[in-house]
Amino acid sequence: MADDTSPASAEDRQLVERLKSGDEATFTLLVRTHHASLRRVARHFVSSDALAEEVAQECWGAVLEGLASFEGRSSFKTWMFRILVNRAKTRGVREARSVPMSALGGDDDDETPAVDADRFRADGHWATPPARPDPERLLASSQLGAALTSALAQLPERQRQIVVLRDVEGWSSEEVCNILGLTETNQRVLLHRARSKLRKVLEETIGQ
Amino acid sequence: MTCQELTELVTDYVEDKMSLLEKARFLVHLGTCTNCRAYLAQMKATIGALGQLDAVAAPAPAMPADVEAELLARFRNFKR
Repeated sequence: MADDTSPASAEDRQLVERLKSGDEATFTLLVRTHHASLRRVARHFVSSDALAEEVAQECWGAVLEGLASFEGRSSFKTWMFRILVNRAKTRGVREARSVPMSALGGDDDDETPAVDADRFRADGHWATPPARPDPERLLASSQLGAALTSALAQLPERQRQIVVLRDVEGWSSEEVCNILGLTETNQRVLLHRARSKLRKVLEETIGQ
Repeated sequence: MTCQELTELVTDYVEDKMSLLEKARFLVHLGTCTNCRAYLAQMKATIGALGQLDAVAAPAPAMPADVEAELLARFRNFKR
């Protein structure tokens, strides 16, 4: 979704007009192009594949209902994903009420340092320095993907959503701020906490 | 800048959100500190590995034909 925060393009406006006029081929193409990624993104907010599928399907209904009010202040795609994320978050919150607190990933605002303080000397320089990652070892590590996936699941909710959208899905910071309703600074602070924890996982995994 | 400070500024650097002065201090430290270069390399490797997660995860199942038909039916019935 890179570079997709600009206002709607002429193509976006044409697309909306075709949908409003009931063009079935346009709708079918749109569904085929985006349904899988809607479902994948929804899956980061809810706890099962079935629920993610449901949210993605609901999103299409909401897109149709929202067509008349599409103002083109963002691109069609950003607008559509904002609808999806809002629906998915609502579902996620409803689900979380039935999940014990201990199963949640902790506090988004924890101020744990990026690296444990005991790895530094009193003067702030490394006592136990990190090792440069060996590219071959990275490629060969079949455990790394699994370790990162499981660490992602342990992150506090907003940290997980941000790092997944930024680094797994490849969205820009503007898109993530726009869709999740965050300031750029807030997004960066949470991204920093998330990436720092995941870096530790990488260090532990490839250091073995 | 100490190594410990650098580990807290690394995201601002990777995201290119530093003032010129801050970036200069960051780069001066990095130029003289092998350990912090290794730290930055680990951070970049982490971001790279996260970008590969989708590729290693099972590919998304194709959309069932009945879902597509159901969505199309909804589109047809949608009152504009």
